[in-house]
Amino acid sequence: MLRVSDLSISIGSPDNYIDIVSSVSFEIGRGEILGLVGESGCGKSMTSLAVMGLLAKGGPWVRTGRAELSGFDVIHAEPYERVEAGHGGIAMIFQEPMSSLNPVMTIGEQIEEAINVHQRVTGSRQNLTARDYLEMVRIADAAMQINAYPHQLSGGMRQRVMIAIALACQPQVLIADEPTTALDVTVQAQILSLLRELCDTLGLSILFITHDLGVVAQLVDRVAVMYAGRVVETAAVDRVFDAAAHPYTAALMSCLPDPAHRVRRLVTIPGQAAKPGQITKGCAFAPRCAYAVDICREDPLPYAMLADNHRALCLFPRGVVR
Amino acid sequence: MIEQPLLDVRGLSTDYTAKRGGKTVRVQAVKDVSFTLAKREVLGIVGESGCGKTSVGRSIIRLAKPHRGEVIFSGKDIFTTGGDALKQLRLKIRMVFQDPFASLNPRRSIGDSIAETGDIHGLFASKAERHRQVQQALSNVGLDGSFAARYPHELSGGQRQRVGIARAILPAPDVVIADEAVSALDVSVQAQVLNLLADLRESMGLSMIFISHDLGVVGQISDRVAVMYMGRIVETAPTASIIEQPIHPYTRTLMAARPKPDPRIRIKAGIEIGEPPSQFERPAGCPYAKRCPLVTTICTTDDPALRTIAPGRLVACHNV
Amino acid sequence: MIAATRTFLVPFMRRPVAAAGLGILVLMIVTAILAPVLAPYDPSKIDPISRLLPPNAAHWFGTDQFGRDILSRVIYGARLALLIGVGVVSFALITGVPAGVLSALFPRFGRVMMRLIDVLMSFPALLLALGLIVILGRGVSNAILAIGVVYLTTTSRITYGLTLRLRTETYVEAANSMGAGAFWTIRKHVLPNLVSPLLVQASFVFAFAQLSAASLDFLGLGAPPEIPSWGNMLAEGRIFITRAPWLLFFPGFAIAITAFSLNLVGDALRDRLDPRFRDMLRK
Repeated sequence: MLRVSDLSISIGSPDNYIDIVSSVSFEIGRGEILGLVGESGCGKSMTSLAVMGLLAKGGPWVRTGRAELSGFDVIHAEPYERVEAGHGGIAMIFQEPMSSLNPVMTIGEQIEEAINVHQRVTGSRQNLTARDYLEMVRIADAAMQINAYPHQLSGGMRQRVMIAIALACQPQVLIADEPTTALDVTVQAQILSLLRELCDTLGLSILFITHDLGVVAQLVDRVAVMYAGRVVETAAVDRVFDAAAHPYTAALMSCLPDPAHRVRRLVTIPGQAAKPGQITKGCAFAPRCAYAVDICREDPLPYAMLADNHRALCLFPRGVVR
Repeated sequence: MIEQPLLDVRGLSTDYTAKRGGKTVRVQAVKDVSFTLAKREVLGIVGESGCGKTSVGRSIIRLAKPHRGEVIFSGKDIFTTGGDALKQLRLKIRMVFQDPFASLNPRRSIGDSIAETGDIHGLFASKAERHRQVQQALSNVGLDGSFAARYPHELSGGQRQRVGIARAILPAPDVVIADEAVSALDVSVQAQVLNLLADLRESMGLSMIFISHDLGVVGQISDRVAVMYMGRIVETAPTASIIEQPIHPYTRTLMAARPKPDPRIRIKAGIEIGEPPSQFERPAGCPYAKRCPLVTTICTTDDPALRTIAPGRLVACHNV
Repeated sequence: MIAATRTFLVPFMRRPVAAAGLGILVLMIVTAILAPVLAPYDPSKIDPISRLLPPNAAHWFGTDQFGRDILSRVIYGARLALLIGVGVVSFALITGVPAGVLSALFPRFGRVMMRLIDVLMSFPALLLALGLIVILGRGVSNAILAIGVVYLTTTSRITYGLTLRLRTETYVEAANSMGAGAFWTIRKHVLPNLVSPLLVQASFVFAFAQLSAASLDFLGLGAPPEIPSWGNMLAEGRIFITRAPWLLFFPGFAIAITAFSLNLVGDALRDRLDPRFRDMLRK
């Protein structure tokens, strides 16, 4: 469905640039949820903005790579071009729904607007109304809520409205950038449940960006772990948790406190996270890696291909079993 | 002999006024909260946003004005104290704040920030003594002494939070109140700071109130957990019991909703458990009644009191 | 202090227009200080023979109706302009900052104080200054006082808003939790964070003070006529506007370029500021 290949995003001039995202590749199948995971500053949000075509002029720019939606390059196309070409679209939802909603329009009007824009561009009539979309995102008494203004809704309801607006654009892929980070756990569980349902019933594909490994474990089908602007490991979710091959992935897993398995001291990763572009030679994780040897700091790394579509950017991938 | 608790909070209630629709309304942020904290004990307070967990911490150190209740610290009621006793309170009960970016003044050096309490209360006999204590505090939190001359913008989030902890422990307090102290940090940094807090508790004999929305971190560091909902404590129990066998229906929902880092437990479609109600609309009876699967008629009329159901376990529910 | 200097200088390095503004400002200060050396003639010397001469080799800016050298008068006028600017800024800061800070930290005092400021702000600026001059009488120091009161209002308003925001900063709360009193908070947390925004405010007040002073002079309510001020020169020369436009052009240009360059300096400083404070100063 969505295939991102060799995506590099740089800052600086074309002659003198620093890659902040470097050679990122991943793909998402129909109805699949891919979790793009990493700590702050690893380049995960930048990647999603590039795929969405939302990188502002004068800021970071796409140096290499493609993002193909059903074979159509979406990065280098204007949004209307990709819709006109019959490739539907990519829609996006963000962490803070309030700043994406217009405070002086009712939520019904805002969904309507999305429906109309989509209709104008594609020329095809939808037979779904704003109310249908509100029901699709499981807003109780949609008939009444349709006339509400954003400030009258709770945080969870607002995020549902954002999802409804995104759906009104009839996307094939939904990019969700930390959509539940600002929400309470009980609300988060419901939003995650809704996203799962939309994947299963509509065949929607989701690129889910998060730092929360708990959410990753419960929701996503495949995982891409990012560190310092690179994807260091991709695999099916159970492989990542049960047999992490990259030392960074493994270390990240063991940092996580789990009250069901309390330990006296948590495992930590020594040092600080490398900024993208800070380490240009060898493996960016080598200075913090417990298993690093000299050649890790020297050569450009190849991806190690492991079983079941499992790749790790490491010379010595491990079958670390938790 | 029963050991006297270090901190004994009884019937704490804190209101604040808020403007809503042009009208001033009183909101009960904390309603009749009681708990004790023993020497060297870590009490976790967990709950969702607006449940009053932050207000409990702020009321104890008097950043928020409590309007009812008693807080007894080392046998003395510190709510009515002023003067010297108040100064003792300021030095013995210390707070670590959530946002490591906002809690340090960008225009003051790290050393000045750490020494601030000492400067306010004239604790340092000399410049050399001030320097020595700042260096000691820095080394206690695992930072190099050279950090004293740096400014907040030069530090990473984890380093800043260490500075926040150094500032809290400089006057050798008895109690540290950590309000979402690791919530803004990345997991790998969060683990480092949690370990640091655990170490300091051992080495300095600290008691801690650890306030967080994240059951994972609360479970890691706490001996005992109190769960709050709409300004009230609905359940307290030793950490292991609350995790293995939550009793209050809200605690159970909270435990179930927590994303567990285990891919075998998948989220299902169709979870509908309601949302925390607005603080402005406190219902009669049990505040959780609206969302509760066990609700009966008494729940909508009577607010259940916290009662002991097993040694060390208190639950506020009519139906368990 | 170093931080303040850096805040002041950095914005000018990459912006030629702002640097030009700063340059003109420095030129004006130097001119004011060195006026006796730079001025070719005594600014008050009357020479009936050379009345109303257009600009020429002997009198670069021409002469006025009494034969006084306009270049010399413009140069001496810089002294008064500088005095007015420094005087007004000092008055506005010395009164406005404490009023704003104390109002923010002590709400009960603030309610009274800010209503008072509201009343003052409800008058048009020039009308307020005029009214005060009527009460106080004409003169340079009274002009400074009158204009100072006008800008005390905006200065205290900005200080009030900034302090209210600083008061809710977590590091101020942290200090409160440690038992910091109001004056500790003001000295260690509020004032150091007010320096850069107030620097911006000062540069705008300086600019507007020039315009207000010139208006008062023009109306004959500012500096006494014997003092060569740019506003007085405009007032005296206005009846010759068609016959000898240079009488008005040069002092008018001096006022305009001073105010303009100060605005450039202010803009550059403002853009350099913390984004949180930027919005507040942009009105």
